[in-house]
Amino acid sequence: MSSDPLVVIVGAGPAGMAAARTLVEGGLRPLVLEKGPTPGGRLWQRPATVDFERRLPGHDPDLAERRVSDFLGIVERIDWYPGTTVLDATRDRLWALGSDGVIDQTPWDALLLATGALDRVVPLPGWTLAGVYTLGGAQAALKVHGCAVGRRVAFLGTGPLLWLAAAQHLAARAEVALVADTSHRLGALAALPDLLSDPHRLALGLACFRIVRRAAVPIRLGVRAAIVEGSETVRGISVESTGGRRHFACDAVAMGFGLVPQTQLLDLLDVPFDLEPTSGLWLPRTDRSGRTPIPRVYAAGDGARVLGGEAARLSGERAALAILEDLGRPTDRERAARLERELERQERFARGLARAFPFPTELEARTDEDTVVCRCEGVTAGAIASAVRAFGRHEVNAVKALTRCGMGRCQGRLCGLAAARIAARAAGVPLGEAGRLRAQPPIEPLPASARCMAAEANG
Amino acid sequence: MGATTGRFVRLAAARVAEVPFTIDGVSVSGREGDSLLSAILANRPDLGCLPPDRRSRAGFCLIGLCQDCWVRLGDGRRVRACTTPLEPGMAVRLDSSDESW
Repeated sequence: MSSDPLVVIVGAGPAGMAAARTLVEGGLRPLVLEKGPTPGGRLWQRPATVDFERRLPGHDPDLAERRVSDFLGIVERIDWYPGTTVLDATRDRLWALGSDGVIDQTPWDALLLATGALDRVVPLPGWTLAGVYTLGGAQAALKVHGCAVGRRVAFLGTGPLLWLAAAQHLAARAEVALVADTSHRLGALAALPDLLSDPHRLALGLACFRIVRRAAVPIRLGVRAAIVEGSETVRGISVESTGGRRHFACDAVAMGFGLVPQTQLLDLLDVPFDLEPTSGLWLPRTDRSGRTPIPRVYAAGDGARVLGGEAARLSGERAALAILEDLGRPTDRERAARLERELERQERFARGLARAFPFPTELEARTDEDTVVCRCEGVTAGAIASAVRAFGRHEVNAVKALTRCGMGRCQGRLCGLAAARIAARAAGVPLGEAGRLRAQPPIEPLPASARCMAAEANG
Repeated sequence: MGATTGRFVRLAAARVAEVPFTIDGVSVSGREGDSLLSAILANRPDLGCLPPDRRSRAGFCLIGLCQDCWVRLGDGRRVRACTTPLEPGMAVRLDSSDESW
C-alpha cells in the first residue's frame, strides 16, 4: 500500500459517487463502502430487470445507467466494497460487516459520510398494519422490482415525494385510491418565488400534480387527521380535511412526511447537532463545503441535509474538494466556489419546498394515546405520555429507558422524532428540551454468525 | 384472505428468467432481480408475525432500515428480506419466523 492518506466514503449514492470520482481525479484512491449490492443509491438504483410501457416521471433509467456506469468505470481506481454495512465509527477507524459475513475494521485519515435519508413517519392509527409502507419503500418496489405494494394504493403525507410517487405509480398503470396531502395550496403559492430558483424541478413537480389530476384520482389537501383501517392488513383509509371526513377503500398505504437524514455515524463521531425549529429535525452541523466541526469528518448528500439528488451530487463533489484541500493537495478554488453557488440555489429551492410542504406538527403532536409510536417495541403514545408524567422525565433517551420506545431493531429511526414531540408536549416544555435519541453501535442489527477479523487493521 | 394470494402486483414486463424458490416447503417462483421480500410478497400476503404484538407484517421501509422484514431461511440463516437478493433454491420459513426476536 502507498503512504497516501486513506479517504473512506460511506455510501455510493449520488453524493458518494461524485466524491469518489473527484478524489480519484485528485490523485487519491478512496475506499468506498456501500450497503447495497450496486452503486447508485435510491435515486439511481438501476431497474435492470423491469420494463415499463411508459416512462415514469422524474425517473430516467438511461441517466441512472450512465451515472452508474461512470462510477463503475473508476472502480479499478478505488477500493470498492458493495454489500458492506458500517456498524461503528471512531476517530480513527470504522467497523463494517462485509458481504462475506466478516466484520472488519479500516483506519481512515478523512471520512465522508453520504448515508442518505429515510422517510419521516407520523404515527397514525393503523400505521403498523401489513400493507402500510413508506413513500420511498413504495417507490423502490416500483422502480427496482416493477411492483405496486398493493392492488389499490393510497398515498398520504406531504412533500414532493408524495406527488412524485403517486404520479410514477399512475404512469406504471397502478391503481391509486387517493392522494392526501397535509399541506394546503396556499403554502405552495407563497413558496413560488423560491421554487422558481430551479425551474426544472418545479416543472417536474407540476407535471406530477397534473398526472394525478388527469387520472381523476381523489385528492385531499390540508388533511388534518388520518386513520388506516383494517385488522391484520389494510382495508381502507379515512382522511379528514376541510371537505369533511371520508373513507377510501384500499389494500395498501404509502406514507411519508419529508425525509430524515441518516446521521447515526456522524453522531457516533461526536458531530454536534442543531434543532431546526420549523421541521423539528436535528441536523448535523456542517457548512456548505461539507466540513463538520470534527477534523477530517465530512458529510454530503441527503444524509447531511435533505436537498435532493442534484444537490447530493454537487455536495459530494464539493466535500471531496474540501478533503483534497485539507490533505494539502492542490485544489481548484473556483470550482469549489461554483459548486457552492449551485448548492445555494438548491438550498433556496429546499426552502421553497419546506414552505409549500411544511411538516404537520399538529398531526404528530395530536397522536391518539392508543396509537403505536414505536413499531419495533409496540409502545403507544399514551405509554410515552404516562411515563413522562409519572417520572417527571421528558428527555427522549430517558423516555426510551422508561418505555422501550426507540430501543428496538430500527433503533428509533422511525419513532425518535415523534417520541420527542409527544414527550415535550406531555411535559409542557419546548421541543428542543426533549433532545434527540443518541445513536448506539452497532447501528444496525447483525447476525450472530458474523465473524470478527483479528484486531489489527489491514493497512 | 387466501393464504396464497400475493400482496405485491407486478406492473412491469419481465425481461428476465423466473427464479424458483420455496415458501414453507411450497414451490413458488420469483424473478431475476427480485429481492427476497418482493419475491415472497408477489406470492404471499405477508411475512408472518413478529413479537412483541405478533402482528402480521409485510415490510415497511423496503430500504434496509426499519428491520421489519427479517425472515428465516431453511439453512438456519436469518436475513433482512428487503436487502437480500433472491437466489434460486432459497427455502423461506415464514411459519417459524415468530419463534424469536
